[in-house]
Amino acid sequence: MSDFSSSGPVYGLMAEFDSAQELVAAAHKTHEAGYQKIDAYSPFPIEGLAEAIGFHKNNVPLVVLIGGIIGGLSAYALQYWVAVITYPVNVGGRPFHSWPSFIIVTFELTILFGGLSSAIGMLALNGLPMPYHPVFNVPEFAKASENKFFLVVFSSDPKYDAARTRSFLSGLAPRMIAEVPS
Amino acid sequence: MATNTQIPVADRRVPVIAPGHTFSTITEKISNIVLSRPVSLGWIFGFLIVFSMMNVLMMALGYLFIKGTGIWGINIPIGWGFAIVNFVWWIGIGHAGTLISAILCLLRQTWRNSINRFAEAMTLFAVACAGIFPLAHTGRPWLAYWLFPYPNTMRYWPNFRSPLVWDVFAVSTYFTISLVFWFVGLIPDLATLRDRTENVWVQRIYGLLAMGWRGSARHWHRYETAYLLLAGLATPLVLSVHTVVSFDFAVGIVPGWHTTIFPPYFVAGAIYSGFAMVLCLAIPIRAIYGLQDFITMRHLENAAKVMLATGLIVAYGYGMEAFMGWYSGSPFDSFLLWNRLHGPYRLSYMALLGCNILIPQVLWLKKFRVSTGWLWIISFVVLVGMWLERFIIVVVSLSRDFLNSSFGMYYPTKWDWMTFAGTIGMFLTAMWLFVRILPMISIFELRTLLPESHVHEATEVKQ
Repeated sequence: MSDFSSSGPVYGLMAEFDSAQELVAAAHKTHEAGYQKIDAYSPFPIEGLAEAIGFHKNNVPLVVLIGGIIGGLSAYALQYWVAVITYPVNVGGRPFHSWPSFIIVTFELTILFGGLSSAIGMLALNGLPMPYHPVFNVPEFAKASENKFFLVVFSSDPKYDAARTRSFLSGLAPRMIAEVPS
Repeated sequence: MATNTQIPVADRRVPVIAPGHTFSTITEKISNIVLSRPVSLGWIFGFLIVFSMMNVLMMALGYLFIKGTGIWGINIPIGWGFAIVNFVWWIGIGHAGTLISAILCLLRQTWRNSINRFAEAMTLFAVACAGIFPLAHTGRPWLAYWLFPYPNTMRYWPNFRSPLVWDVFAVSTYFTISLVFWFVGLIPDLATLRDRTENVWVQRIYGLLAMGWRGSARHWHRYETAYLLLAGLATPLVLSVHTVVSFDFAVGIVPGWHTTIFPPYFVAGAIYSGFAMVLCLAIPIRAIYGLQDFITMRHLENAAKVMLATGLIVAYGYGMEAFMGWYSGSPFDSFLLWNRLHGPYRLSYMALLGCNILIPQVLWLKKFRVSTGWLWIISFVVLVGMWLERFIIVVVSLSRDFLNSSFGMYYPTKWDWMTFAGTIGMFLTAMWLFVRILPMISIFELRTLLPESHVHEATEVKQ
């Protein structure tokens, strides 16, 4: 781990880049160099960046699928239970299980549950809300939501070594390298 | 959203974003409206006006809660009146926001990126205004929760075969999903505001709302998936909402309501009026806040074209109603047509035809599509026309149905007008606050419109 760092525990090393192209190239190289626990930060979604740091598949679609199915099934089950079992009302001699009338509420609740699970699932999988995160300790990182691009190698990476990782990152020609205090 | 394939092709059209902008200038220009632009006297003056209008709504509703719906002009045979007219009108206006944010997102129409945020805000505020009317119309709005299925001591349950119950589910789902979609879209921009402000309290509020967003590549990956799925879910939802609203009518047997053309015709009308509202808002806002670089003539022209197209679908709907009046051979249906043209409400029907069909045809000419003044006037005319359409459908159909003995007239009272004007005030108050406290254009989506955001293309150029 960080045996000769400045003071206190270290979260990782951060490199700042000027453009999306440089960040993607740097992320590729870092990942290829064998670093596993890395992350890249950008002010807008960049195609191929997640793949560059070795993140290929996310589970949001699965969460939405499950949410949507639960919503649809529970809506239909509720209507069936109400209209057939607990509160049957004879409306003009129509069957109690008048399924075409139940389609709309089933559809709406499928969308509602699917949509909510998409938003909540995305936030939960991202670990948000997160009131504190070490990357914000680097003052330059404020530009990550404007026009600068960052790459972080976490100190928890097995290959991490304060001196060697720093020299590796400086080989990628970043604007600056900063140690991220934990 | 795969971004590298959708750069606007270099063509002779006006670009969706003016040349010369960088990530910083976009960020600065939009966030400064919220963070550092001083509050002008004009804003305060305008706010006082719209806020007073909103208070008119509070008075009208307050008196309604004391007295009951008898203060309105409704009575048998016209039991729906302004409440339902305004409900359908407002819900329809909301539809353009979802169309812009969801359907145009799926269709990869990048020009939507500069107008989706405030169009979505418009949707939320319009649906909030719409929601007031059916609640107030129940007569005892404090019992409105009876509409939802929940275990209760009365041991009763809603009738799921009723379009009015479908409506509760459709509209409340629509509001919730619109809110979620809007908020998810806001998260990265709230982080930008958090990082840019110097005021510690402002930073805390935006920071709380941004929930610690840091733009991690993993987060963006999930974010884009979630956003795309939300768009995919919101697209059938928006089409379903006005369909369900039209079922409130179409499932009834009143002539003028009981037709199968209602769902598509209502949806087209909704988008028609919604785009008119988008233009009515976008034209002054871009002028006041100097956003011509981001909301270019291309946006206004595209919105005008959507209006023209949906307006023609609406015209087809009117034509088909008239045709069915004759072709059905039903005396009640042909009387409906006669009554619209010659009955006591003929003037509103003529005005409807003028506002919704005749006048918007000038949009075929480019001259009108590229003139902000004309566009604003035509949009306003369309908004009036679409309100009249709902008035014709609700009031004129109910006023004369099957039996002469049950014919009647509807005269809105001052409370009807106050409630209507009040919701316009509430809508504008919300817009007034929105443009000053949240970024009205999606900053991060605008960044993706710049060529520097496309990694692959840029590397190809280098080689």
